[in-house]
Amino acid sequence: MSSRFPANALLIGLAAAALLSCDREERHSRSKPVGETVPAATSPDTIWPGGTMPQAPDPRAKVYDNNAPAISEGQFLYTRMNCVGCHSHGGGGMGPALIDDEWRYGGRIDQIASSIAEGRPNGMPSWRSKLTDDQIWKLAAYVRSMSGQPSKDAVNSRSESMSATTPATLMRRAPAHTSDTPDQ
Amino acid sequence: MTACNRSEKQPLGSAEVYSTIPAGNHAVAPPGASPRDDGNWVMPGKDYAATRFSGLNQITPANVDKLALSFTFSTATTHGYEAPPLVVNGTMYLITPFPNYLYALDLTKAGAPIKWVFKPKPLAASQGVACCDTVNRGAVFDAGKIFFNTLDGQTIAVDAKSGQQVWRTQLGDIQKGETITMAPLVAGGKVLVGNAGGEMGVRGWIAALDEDSGKLTWRAFNTGPDKEVLIGSRFKPFYAMDRGKDLGVKTWPPEAWKIGGGTVWGWVSYDPETNLIYYGVGNPGPWNPDQRPGDNKWTTGVFARDLNNGEAVWFYQTTPHDLFDHDDINEIILADIPWNGARRPVMFRPARAGFFYVQDRRTGQVLSAAPFGYVNGYRGVDLETGRMIPNHDKDPKEGRVVRDICPAAPGAKDWNPSAFSPLTGLVYIPHNNLCMDFGAMEANYISGTPYVGADVKMYAGPGGNRGAFTAWDPIHQKKVWEIPEDLPVWSPALVTAGGVAFYGTMDGWFKAVDARNGKQLWQFKAGSGIIGQPISYRGPDGRQYIAVVAGVGGWAGAIVSGKMDPGDPTGALGFANAVKDLPMKTTAGGMLYVFTLPR
Repeated sequence: MSSRFPANALLIGLAAAALLSCDREERHSRSKPVGETVPAATSPDTIWPGGTMPQAPDPRAKVYDNNAPAISEGQFLYTRMNCVGCHSHGGGGMGPALIDDEWRYGGRIDQIASSIAEGRPNGMPSWRSKLTDDQIWKLAAYVRSMSGQPSKDAVNSRSESMSATTPATLMRRAPAHTSDTPDQ
Repeated sequence: MTACNRSEKQPLGSAEVYSTIPAGNHAVAPPGASPRDDGNWVMPGKDYAATRFSGLNQITPANVDKLALSFTFSTATTHGYEAPPLVVNGTMYLITPFPNYLYALDLTKAGAPIKWVFKPKPLAASQGVACCDTVNRGAVFDAGKIFFNTLDGQTIAVDAKSGQQVWRTQLGDIQKGETITMAPLVAGGKVLVGNAGGEMGVRGWIAALDEDSGKLTWRAFNTGPDKEVLIGSRFKPFYAMDRGKDLGVKTWPPEAWKIGGGTVWGWVSYDPETNLIYYGVGNPGPWNPDQRPGDNKWTTGVFARDLNNGEAVWFYQTTPHDLFDHDDINEIILADIPWNGARRPVMFRPARAGFFYVQDRRTGQVLSAAPFGYVNGYRGVDLETGRMIPNHDKDPKEGRVVRDICPAAPGAKDWNPSAFSPLTGLVYIPHNNLCMDFGAMEANYISGTPYVGADVKMYAGPGGNRGAFTAWDPIHQKKVWEIPEDLPVWSPALVTAGGVAFYGTMDGWFKAVDARNGKQLWQFKAGSGIIGQPISYRGPDGRQYIAVVAGVGGWAGAIVSGKMDPGDPTGALGFANAVKDLPMKTTAGGMLYVFTLPR
């Protein structure tokens, strides 16, 4: 067997990969700085005595929501950070389901980011000290995508796992109940 | 007062029964570990031998169809209710799933009103580290106190009369993913407790607390150096595979034993004659076996330990290097059987891997291990070496999906205990018929989060029925009869001296069958699926009662109690796929049902 053959094959492989990647969506190796913290006190609530919403939705939400690279990186983190251990591939287990249409603490991306960062009292751990803010936003973007919220061209058709789960591109959009608001 | 007179005149059913048992050709419970029935039900297993056999005999195959509801009680919980009620001298005690309320009901009054409620207030965050619903498997009564564990890792003693706390001891740490779901066993002045969290990378242990003070007497780990496993000079495993120094370290990759599972979330039995306790050890972690090459001692096996100081006397590893989450925590029934012409003190173990083990309880020697369910994940048990014979066709491998592994992760039978009748000599096994696809992948250890590394999808095994209730002859190692059930049978069993066996189904049927032939005699539809332990007791009025708490949940019923979405087949560690139809068959909610015969 020629010892040069593997090296040649590798070069051809790299060239092919480079060509293919030309057509792929451009991704930033680092995302743009978008502020220092996740929304610490985003309210999951839907009743505001006096009638005024306690705070305007976080502007950074728009940077991550419906953003293909963010959703894709969030998908990777979802498995590696063990979200999958509790929420499975969205059906739930130790933690609640994420592919359904019920959001205990709000289904807006800033509310999801807040739930990840702060934790919730019935078992959701607080990830603020383990993940960066950017990671939390990306995770929130992916979690929101699990119930079919973003447009289909933003989600990844490939699953991070070997399970026979429905590809995100075929996921039906579940209406996000509870504290969702129409502008998000 | 007339009630009192009547109860005194009532003959002790079991006293009659035991004296008529032919001792020659029959399996019986050791009398020291299974005393005569006094009409109470003071521990989940009924007695130290864990027979779940009631000596009461008013209810028989001839009259059980007249069984009628006597009273009910709502537990105010909507998660899986796996525990038995306890009955002690006219008071019934109920321990609920999280938040682990302890209710005392007055059986001497009509409708059994509440005497007191004890609310231990466990940390709410503990719900997030409980792998398989927020269950509790029971409380235990001894010497005027009720003992139970809380989901957030405490053991608590409460005065049985007043409902006031006597002591509480924090044993588990939810930051590490430890919870406690098992029922303690109280023997010889000690409360035996073990941790749960085999899916969270905890290190498994069993501890003994002083019954009066709650102070820790000893704690034995199930992984790690011999010193911490309490292995010393008295340790004599029967098989060579379990012998050697510090196997709890050497049979793991470096440091992996520290997060290797081996928990004690099931049952403990006790033999007063030898002063030994017996318990099974849970699965090694993570589920992905490629991350832990080696036998992974001392997980998925059985320990015999001295009650006084915890020192290990023998160990038998049922499945070295477990591949399929086949925890060995199932009940251990103590019995004396005729074997090769002599009587032999043994234990019966209908194990998760699908084999019914009969083992000498003095040495751990396996006398027989026959499959009671469909098994293709193993080729059998080598009785020479004691070692499970693997089927390498079914070995999980990182990065691929292995299909049609039977039994699935919850085993041919999970935690829910069998009942043993010394009258028929049969063991009544409530169990599963499930297979699975298993995709292993690298698990990432982050303390306080799941450490599993597997995508699992379960479905019905051969025949299509997902469960069964089987009467097993432990001496001849064969099925005597079997009732196929559509859903997994997740409730424990009860068998009585009257000759009736009871169990519940996950869609809410509570069933009475003839213990001799399995003929169904009576059934009652409860408001929620039944995964709780039925019991039988003699009421203050002298009558025999049957009690069970309905309330679907647990690993098998998490799809209902956890409001899961059936669209994901991997939900609840893959169980969701096997019971996708359950949300349309039952709803959550704990409710006690108590039955008796009309006057």
